[in-house]
Amino acid sequence: MLIINCPYCGARPEVEFRHAGEAHVARPAGTESLTDEEVVDRLYFRSNPKGMTVERWRHVHGCGRFFNAVRDTVSDFFVTTYKTGEPKPDLEALKAGAAK
Amino acid sequence: MQPFSAFNLFRRALGGHTSWQAQWRQPSLKSEYDVVIIGAGGHGLATAYYLAKEHGVRNVAVIERGWLGGGNTGRNTTIIRSNYLFDESAALYDHAVKLWEGLSQGINYNVMYSARGVLMLAHTVHDVQSAQRHIHANRLNGVDNEWLSPEECREFCPPLNIAKNIRYPVMGGALQRRGGTARHDAVAWGFARAADALGVDIIQNCEVTAIRRNAAGAVEAVETTKGTVRTKKVGVVTAGHTSVVMGMAGVRMPLESFPLQALVSEPVKPAFPCVVMSNTIHAYISQSDKGEMVIGAGTDVYPSYSQRGALHIAEHTLDAICELFPMFRRMRMLRNWGGIVDVTPDRSPILSKTPVPGLYVNCGWGTGGFKATPGSGNVFAHTIARDEPHPINAPFSLDRFRDGFLIDEAAAAAVAH
Repeated sequence: MLIINCPYCGARPEVEFRHAGEAHVARPAGTESLTDEEVVDRLYFRSNPKGMTVERWRHVHGCGRFFNAVRDTVSDFFVTTYKTGEPKPDLEALKAGAAK
Repeated sequence: MQPFSAFNLFRRALGGHTSWQAQWRQPSLKSEYDVVIIGAGGHGLATAYYLAKEHGVRNVAVIERGWLGGGNTGRNTTIIRSNYLFDESAALYDHAVKLWEGLSQGINYNVMYSARGVLMLAHTVHDVQSAQRHIHANRLNGVDNEWLSPEECREFCPPLNIAKNIRYPVMGGALQRRGGTARHDAVAWGFARAADALGVDIIQNCEVTAIRRNAAGAVEAVETTKGTVRTKKVGVVTAGHTSVVMGMAGVRMPLESFPLQALVSEPVKPAFPCVVMSNTIHAYISQSDKGEMVIGAGTDVYPSYSQRGALHIAEHTLDAICELFPMFRRMRMLRNWGGIVDVTPDRSPILSKTPVPGLYVNCGWGTGGFKATPGSGNVFAHTIARDEPHPINAPFSLDRFRDGFLIDEAAAAAVAH
């Protein structure tokens, strides 16, 4: 059972949350001129990294709000969580910090 | 290869079973192969076997980071069935079931395929309608599947609780009699032994660290922890790690990797005659020949490479098992474990050429790849040997996502994803 730190409510058990996919995947502008490859890449293709991942979570059985998290997909350790709209953290710096 | 037979068993018994050879060699890695398969699980070994047997491609290496059959091949719940909804899926999975039926003889290794019947329960009106739609679709495709009333379900599987007042009452079930189980380790060992006898090199404890491409973009070599191997064709069969390995060749995949867990009970006498699965409450159960109840749970809800599932997922499954089979309520669980399954957006596998010439991928089997092992290897070997897909796996291309020809088994696979 994971403990996830909701940036709005604080630390809560995993069962209160719903995973909501990779974070910072922006919808490309100018949809009418996109190629098939660009559309399918956003729709279906994922980085699926082994190691640090940046993803969205939603505190469904709490405040109901979305937020972003950095998690290590090998250990499931949550490195940090932050509010939606805040910039993507520097993963290299976080990795260096986690290694210490 | 020393063939297994009653005569050979008797003859070697006279010598105290000391004269058996190792079942496969421990070859060292050569510097060049015609084909390199990455991943010595069931699908990878089957691919190598069929490459050598049906296509005459024998200069093949199967490179494995750990030990053969140590990934999802050794972690699944060994269920075999082909009652999928769509024509493409029915063709692929039924191709596998047909191969299962003659596999032990074909590779001279007892994989203990047991067609004991797979019963998929319906708990709601929607389940009943969906199951009957499947049955009709299956029959049109020549795949056996039949409807059983709750009483018939109980007759087929006596431990089943068909009381009307339980949380998920049984409203009937779809039974595929040709479905069943096989011994998962024996499948890996049998394919390894048969492929090795045909000249395939199985290189264990050797991790692929890079896939090198030439100026034209085509595959030219694979870097491993045991050295560089030149090759023009690479087949990636690495299940949960497919995104990682394909990333070495610069190819992004429509995959996410999730932990899927299973557990087994203490061994007991034969008590459970078939395989029972339930979409709605996400539990499946059968009894191994050792006597353990083999129970499969659902995937975790977030992608992970951790090879362990969350406790509350297993608890949810055991709730369902205890309600459907009250006689298991006091049974002790012996161990549980997780595997990493690679899930595609449409829950159908990818057996395909890729944008990189000479690079082929067999992945995306999600929560149900074991059942397809021989069929998957068979058509994937064809794809690699001829550089074009077999008619059966042509619809399972990587391009289907771009072209919109998804094979949307999301609701039709055995489990609710």
